Amino acid sequence: MSQPTFRAVGDHALLVEFGDKVSKDTNKAVHQLDRALAKHPFDGFEEAVPAFVNILIDFDPLVTDHHAVEAAVKDVLLASSDHITETSIREVLVCYEDVENSDLEEVARLTGLSTEAVIDAHLAGDYSVYMYGFAPGYAYLASVPEEIRLPRKDSAIRGIKDCSVLIAGPQCLVTTITMPTGWWIIGKSPTRVLTGNDEDPFLFDVGDPVVFRRVTQEEYDAAMAEA
Amino acid sequence: MPDATFAVVHAGPLVTIQDYGRSGFARFGVPRSGPMDRLSFDIANLALGSQRRSTVIEVSAGGLTLECKTGEASFAVFGGGFNVSVGTQKFPSHRVARIEAGQKLTIQPGKSGNWTYLAITGHLKANEWLGSAATHSMSGFGGGAIQSGAKLEVSHPEVRESREGEIPLPASNRADGEVDVVLGPQDRFFDAESIDNLKTGTFNLTNAFDRMGVRLKGPELVPSAKLDMPSEPIVRGSIQVAGDGVATVLLSDHQTAGGYPKIATVVSDDVDRLVQLRPADTLSFNVVSPEDAIKRVRARHNARVKYMESAAKGHGSLLYRLLNENLISGVVADES
Repeated sequence: MSQPTFRAVGDHALLVEFGDKVSKDTNKAVHQLDRALAKHPFDGFEEAVPAFVNILIDFDPLVTDHHAVEAAVKDVLLASSDHITETSIREVLVCYEDVENSDLEEVARLTGLSTEAVIDAHLAGDYSVYMYGFAPGYAYLASVPEEIRLPRKDSAIRGIKDCSVLIAGPQCLVTTITMPTGWWIIGKSPTRVLTGNDEDPFLFDVGDPVVFRRVTQEEYDAAMAEA
Repeated sequence: MPDATFAVVHAGPLVTIQDYGRSGFARFGVPRSGPMDRLSFDIANLALGSQRRSTVIEVSAGGLTLECKTGEASFAVFGGGFNVSVGTQKFPSHRVARIEAGQKLTIQPGKSGNWTYLAITGHLKANEWLGSAATHSMSGFGGGAIQSGAKLEVSHPEVRESREGEIPLPASNRADGEVDVVLGPQDRFFDAESIDNLKTGTFNLTNAFDRMGVRLKGPELVPSAKLDMPSEPIVRGSIQVAGDGVATVLLSDHQTAGGYPKIATVVSDDVDRLVQLRPADTLSFNVVSPEDAIKRVRARHNARVKYMESAAKGHGSLLYRLLNENLISGVVADES
């Protein structure tokens, strides 16, 4: 693993940066350090927040400091260089029919594909959870295949419901609360990222691979009735 | 004692249920939330003799009026310079007092501050999410906003006469409107002039101020190149600068990640002071090294521990104090 850059964040955190461009390898380095730290936390460790290319390590400034944390991270990196990351494949159901505010046809028009080809491309994506951010349970999944990557809309649309399946650029997201968004709405999911289960409140861990499985409107209704 | 119940006669915007907050979930997009001014929250619970993480009501400058319908309870109000009245008593927001059925408690903005904390003995019933009643304002998850017309219930309320009385204020020799910051983590994206503006300039808080953050007005802070920075973690106190050069200080309900560069980060304990500055108040930044920031935070913590011990003692009602002094000194107070 390449040597990361360390940056102080205030009096209580250290940002450990593995690069400045989003890539699968950089993100994997972030997740490896995240999991290694969870196994071997140092004295004063509070929490780690993994992102695309870096990870924020929050610590108690009364117990430790940036230099000691940097040294502890270097030790963990050395010890975990051949660490195998354990992940679980997570399945998300997606229905493309009768979606409120659907952009599916617009995405098809802009990409020059049929709506079925857009759906096939979306389902064919090789996704994993790069990071969570923005709002509770907003897991950024990447990567959406090249042929359906579109830049964000110029302005956000208000009131987009939870459980909407959105894409923008290489990213895909299943929303958890009603929010404005400039992303493209292509589907709806009966799968809850906020599970409502206190033991396991979030569907994914950062780094987990994710597959989308297409369901019909009837299957969607049945899954919603079960939830 | 039976439950104490309260009718919410009036609650302004941004009056919410809060507790210590939920930590460890930033990795799932969930900030800690909890009090805007953590120190005042701690003092309110401590002065009342409650557990440190007890659930309280965070009162904004919108104010709060409760009417006690049943029961009685001691309560503490601490934080900012609010005006409090209960029954016929009036006092500033640093006191432990008592309320009983039929009385009204009114908390209104006073000479300074934006946030004050109402802690009541016993257990304030509230919805929890991820093990905490703290309200996450963007989603409304947790205890939630207090709404006019709602009813509040407190189980196991107590009268703690020994706690009642004024809460001493922490001593401070620091200038209002100046906070310590550490540069970065993206100060490298700003030119020397912008960094100099941050160090020497005077900023003003604006009305764009809520539990997520406060926008500032002041000298230009311009990112040196158009940035396409991958979204990365944010902390309470991050000073992020949007493409238009406007700086925002992120606060308790901050988004957990964002793609704007952060020129500097407010030192953790100084966020408590910053959030009590009002819109239009001036703010300046004292840039310190990370090492210095830690030294300062530790020194201030040590000074605060001594103050907290004295605040936690409970200064007691006049009667209680007289009785206590009599027991200690054996001298009967001479009222004449």
